[in-house]
Amino acid sequence: MLKKLSIGDRIFYAIDYMFIALVICITLYPFVYILSCSISNPAAVAVGKVWLLPKGITFDAYRRVIEDRLVWISYKNTLWYVSVGTTINMLLTTITAYPLSRKRFSGRNPIMMFISFTMFFSGGMVPTYLLVKNLGLINSRWAIVIPVAISTWNLIIMRTFFEGIPESLYEAATIDGCNDIGILLKIYLSLSKPVMAVMVLFYAVSHWNSYFNAMLYLNKEELYPLQMLLRKILIQYEQSDLMADVMEGRDAVGQTIRYATIIISSLPIISVYPFLQKYFVKGVMIGAIKG
Amino acid sequence: MGLVILRINNIVLLKHSKLKQLKLKQEKGFQRFIKTLKKEKYLWILVLPGIIWYLIFAYGPMYGLVIAFERYSPARGILGGPWVGFKWFKQFFESQFFWRLIRNTLLLNIYSIIFSFPAPIILAIMLNEIKHGWYKKAAQTISYLPHFISTVIAVGMVVNFLSTDGFINNLISLLGGQRKQFLVMPEWFRTIYIASGIWQSAGWNSIIYLAAISGIDSQLYEAAIVDGATKLNQIWHITIPGILPTIIILLILNLGHILSVGYEKIILLYNPAVYETADVINTYVYRRGVAGGEFSFGTAVGLFQSVINFIMIILANKISRNLSEISLW
Repeated sequence: MLKKLSIGDRIFYAIDYMFIALVICITLYPFVYILSCSISNPAAVAVGKVWLLPKGITFDAYRRVIEDRLVWISYKNTLWYVSVGTTINMLLTTITAYPLSRKRFSGRNPIMMFISFTMFFSGGMVPTYLLVKNLGLINSRWAIVIPVAISTWNLIIMRTFFEGIPESLYEAATIDGCNDIGILLKIYLSLSKPVMAVMVLFYAVSHWNSYFNAMLYLNKEELYPLQMLLRKILIQYEQSDLMADVMEGRDAVGQTIRYATIIISSLPIISVYPFLQKYFVKGVMIGAIKG
Repeated sequence: MGLVILRINNIVLLKHSKLKQLKLKQEKGFQRFIKTLKKEKYLWILVLPGIIWYLIFAYGPMYGLVIAFERYSPARGILGGPWVGFKWFKQFFESQFFWRLIRNTLLLNIYSIIFSFPAPIILAIMLNEIKHGWYKKAAQTISYLPHFISTVIAVGMVVNFLSTDGFINNLISLLGGQRKQFLVMPEWFRTIYIASGIWQSAGWNSIIYLAAISGIDSQLYEAAIVDGATKLNQIWHITIPGILPTIIILLILNLGHILSVGYEKIILLYNPAVYETADVINTYVYRRGVAGGEFSFGTAVGLFQSVINFIMIILANKISRNLSEISLW
């Protein structure tokens, strides 16, 4: 690395380091800006005085968000969808992936084809909606967790991981009189902690972030997940404003409230993701092996 | 049917003894089948709930596709409506929106293949050449960050930044320009959609390419350096060919979705003023099929899209297999 570099390579490295610095700035700036705005004086934000650092620090906006009853209800709902949904996901994905990873299982190939086909062809939005409706799941919490109980992509990741567990362990357990359910519980689960962690994270984040199914299947506010509330606060309000062509006279505090809502609602994920990052990356890699 | 007749003919022609033998063989086959089932009963018990789930929630909607060919009404159920053949398809093909939807969907896809698809590749190559470990790590961690922001928040940020008194317009007016209402200007929609998409996913998608780059034999680079190759030469002749299989696989997967785009984001981002450039097949299906209650029509439009996508992925896979021997199956 300390070897003498040609001029061309020096220029390359200079451009490379600057390019990455630019990427960092562009990625980070919106977050810093929103954080600053959320704790700034609303009047300063409204006239565009905040560029990077907060002006006239106040936590008023946060107080108003925290005092909102709906924010707490939807926060609780989201926690329900994330915990119950992820539990169902993990249970179903594991028990389906295990048999498919057994190379001598007679159903392996036909079932894999049956499952893979759904990755390339689907019934689409309207038939799925009608199915959920006909099952009587509209306006029920189950409508949010049951139709997405298995992600085929995650199932394949988990199966690929299971396939890497040595066959000899399986045979030894069989000789000891262990059946497949016992083997799954006692051997495979304890050897699969990394992939399990990755799957929990993938599923939990997707539940945390999803809004579309809630929009389709729920119309009771008490059942709304956080993302649906955010949609109302962040986007619909804004759009109706725009459409009415209201340029002046917007509630100045409204602006900072929106910024504070963004921070409060993404705080849990943003504060844990640096710690979970390596697992996520591992998951993408395991997925890529198959990909 | 022909096969069955052929089989019966064969059996009739067989001598009695042979027939007996055949029966015995079939019985054995059946017994073997039962035996296998017994041996694998726990595996079948485990896999059964998953199969049932797929039957209901993946194949159920496929069965529901039949309503594209009838006049469906919720009261009469899926098979209860009168058949109308290709009426809804015709209505869609002849509608004034057909070409607009096809154009918007295709353009958003083509632009994302031109701009969004290479972004993570470039980022991965550039990140890989960073020699300071801490700098590389920090850059990676930060570039993944937007991936963890939900679509709603990402769109909320875009909407906020682009509003008339938002950050971008403040910047424009500071530089002496005229404030613009980007979100109601159809000519800006595609740029906003693609640019925000790159911001959100380039870092995350670069992981796969970084993994592929780390799999390249380092001896290749050493040999190239001995031969006097510059950094750019190395990237062009070693790194890019080294990750080409990964690039092609991901490209095939992308092409398979040529008639579907990230509609969840579009539904959040668009408004009637920009339908001209923003409305795509999926958003149209949502508006008319689900929100508007025209179930049969919406299903027909959705089916049209699924079939084209399915054909596209098969074609892309075939072309790739012929050209480069890389394929999904």
